[in-house]
Amino acid sequence: MSAGTAHPLLGDVHEGDTLPELSYDVTATTVVLGALAARDWRPMHHDHDFAVNRNGTKNIFLNTPNQAAWFERFLTDWSGPEGRLGRMKFRMKGSVFPDDTMVLRGTVTSVGTDDTGCGWVEVLVSLTVDDDLKTDCTARIALPVSAGDNPWARKGDQWKP
Amino acid sequence: MTPPPDTSGTTDADPGVPAAISDLIGKVQYEIAGEFPVEQGYIWTSCSSVENGNPLFWDEAVAEELTGGPIAPPTTLSVWFRPHHWAPGRTEQALPLQVHFDLKAAFDLPEAVMTDNTIVFHEPVRPGDRLRTHQVLRSVSGPKTTKLGSGRFWVIDVEYFNQRDELVGVESYTGFGYRRDAA
Repeated sequence: MSAGTAHPLLGDVHEGDTLPELSYDVTATTVVLGALAARDWRPMHHDHDFAVNRNGTKNIFLNTPNQAAWFERFLTDWSGPEGRLGRMKFRMKGSVFPDDTMVLRGTVTSVGTDDTGCGWVEVLVSLTVDDDLKTDCTARIALPVSAGDNPWARKGDQWKP
Repeated sequence: MTPPPDTSGTTDADPGVPAAISDLIGKVQYEIAGEFPVEQGYIWTSCSSVENGNPLFWDEAVAEELTGGPIAPPTTLSVWFRPHHWAPGRTEQALPLQVHFDLKAAFDLPEAVMTDNTIVFHEPVRPGDRLRTHQVLRSVSGPKTTKLGSGRFWVIDVEYFNQRDELVGVESYTGFGYRRDAA
């Protein structure tokens, strides 16, 4: 499956498929807006002097919850609203600063159904700047197995994220 | 396809960790309720910050069809517990992941970063929900040195519930508290 506007069903997705790339020019506003949207008032996400002289980083940088929001946006741009996130695991290897162009890329690493019949896709997502890996993310997202299926309708023991 | 193994129940402490800290591993701490209900305006602010146009969060008809009404983006889970920067009567700034700051203080490590974060999403969070949470320290490492400085790694789970006592999510954070090495 490659870039497109149609929302994928589980059967449309195969191991090795790539998701449409997302490239974004980060500004100080991106960092500050993201931190405040996450209600993260810590100064390294809005105070350049603190970030440089206390934290020893080169500038303010994207906070963790906001990076999670970027990963969610990237995944659901592809899955459409029917896609339901089950799990995300990410590791920050470097910071993302104003004036960076961050690029998110994703590759499907597995496709299958669980014992309740829920369709799951695992995607390895990378966030890079100048091809330097800053954060990697392993995501598990439920997709409809058929046109009438809705992962969001699952509750209790029918939802195994 | 089975979900990844759940290691949230595992606990571990390096033998060099003081008993006062290792005794806290696996114990529920800081049971708190969110300071405000989940609100639609903040949902839009969050979506706007990453230009997330998912119609689930912007189109009432789509939300009604798929999720029975509006929901919050799953990754906003922690947003609803981050305290106000100031509130009447508060004499100290409240900290959103208190166990993390307790460990920084206990080990006298002035700086810290989060290195790993796992989030598992359960029941959707909806506008008007009043959520509660607690924190569980899972592990603490022995002394480590990285390019940032010298310190320790620790893992903290944060479990979230709604007003119906339904589990809405679990976040697991790996933090590194450190002291910058002298140049």
